[in-house]
Amino acid sequence: MSEVPDNFLYTKDHEWLDLDDDGVVTVGISDHAQEALGELVFVEAPQAGVIFANGDACAVVESVKAASDIYCPITGEITEVNAALEDEPELVNSSPYEAGWVFRIRPDDVTALNELMDAEAYETFLAELED
Amino acid sequence: MGKQTSLYQRHVSAGARIVDFGGWDMPLHYGSQIDEHHAVRNKAGVFDVSHMTVVDVTGSGSRDWLRKLLSNDVDRLTTPGKGLYSCMLNPAGGIIDDLIVYWQGGAAYRVVVNAATRDADLGWMEKQAADFDVELNERIDLSMLAVQGPQARIIAAPLLPAELGEAALTLGSFVSVEKDQVFVARTGYTGEDGWEILLPADAADVLWDDLIGAGVQPCGLGARDTLRLEAGLNLYGQDMTMSTSPLESNLSWTIAWEPVERDFIGRHALVGQRNAGLQSRLVGLVLDGRGVMRAGQRVATDAGEGQITSGGFSPTLQCSIALARLPLAAGRHCDVEIRNKLNPARVVPPSFVKQGQIKIESGES
Repeated sequence: MSEVPDNFLYTKDHEWLDLDDDGVVTVGISDHAQEALGELVFVEAPQAGVIFANGDACAVVESVKAASDIYCPITGEITEVNAALEDEPELVNSSPYEAGWVFRIRPDDVTALNELMDAEAYETFLAELED
Repeated sequence: MGKQTSLYQRHVSAGARIVDFGGWDMPLHYGSQIDEHHAVRNKAGVFDVSHMTVVDVTGSGSRDWLRKLLSNDVDRLTTPGKGLYSCMLNPAGGIIDDLIVYWQGGAAYRVVVNAATRDADLGWMEKQAADFDVELNERIDLSMLAVQGPQARIIAAPLLPAELGEAALTLGSFVSVEKDQVFVARTGYTGEDGWEILLPADAADVLWDDLIGAGVQPCGLGARDTLRLEAGLNLYGQDMTMSTSPLESNLSWTIAWEPVERDFIGRHALVGQRNAGLQSRLVGLVLDGRGVMRAGQRVATDAGEGQITSGGFSPTLQCSIALARLPLAAGRHCDVEIRNKLNPARVVPPSFVKQGQIKIESGES
């Protein structure tokens, strides 16, 4: 059973979001996603300052198996990317919710976060996938 | 649910991620395929390859039949136990499968073919056997372990029956020895030293446990694929298929042209292709920058377009490598299209790592 921390929000594309006090959202991929992808060998992160719309492909993770897009979960401007992933993409596998975060984004509209799943809803979503 | 090898429960208990491979439920990895890869390059790993198809060939016509069936010539096997890598071709020169054939003395041969192509292979072999006195016996009673790595033989030898272990340590490359239903060949699919061991399925679990107890890393199909790619060994169905010939697949060395009177299946087509001049060849690629090359990606060269046949991330080189079929006249540089962007890559001989040593030059060439 994969780990689903209580304090985050989740998308159906298996990304997690964490709204910080400064109004910026940290984004990464869930434990379920990293497990399904396999060991990561390369992360192509977006550039800070670029604006993405909800649903845009904004980053790519390459695992030993395949490349997968990360879709921007909310419209906004990228403020920071996790530079550590350039040399250590495996942080996404070993620490998907902490050291393996992918980027931070300032949402145009914070209330759009209300559309996302909380931990309980995401766990239900995962359970349905496994059926 | 697919077919399972005799070691399936061992894999599940060891935490393997199981995937379908050619109708078999096989271990992809046991946690980290990159660690498994390094274990084989640096020490020793063991793969359950019992899904592979073993066919024993007997009958007075076996030699003549194999000389018709295979593009390599079993007459090169001059001492019993010796093995030979060969393609089995269709009349158009396309590759039906690649295989290893061992001569076991007299009229007895053992052929090991791929799992995913089993049905097509056996169908073809039986069809071609109609006019020969041969008997084919598929050995589903046997399991197969590949123990590979610089320390593989020295660790595995004491775990075999005493006499067999000693005999196996003296084997040269592509030579086998068999005692009491246990068959050991100095072959593999990793670019490292090691053995492929065939033994009765009910004895495989003990050997598997003993190998792991002796510090050998269990390895899945994921590491097997990155190891064989680094070694520049073709995978059937990707780097060679029914519509490519050995000449276009970096396997010209497996064609026994002499003696000219040996009329093997596909010979006529290969001669025609050779005389007409080849259009393409299989080469190695090393990506200059970051990113990962994958099978199916388009390659732009100064001589036209080509395609990646196998690609991935090389744990040894720490960059992406690939096998690609490129126009014959392509130069030393090309561009690989990865997600709509062209990425520069170098064209190199298709052998990246062998026996722990990096074979390609680093940097610009």
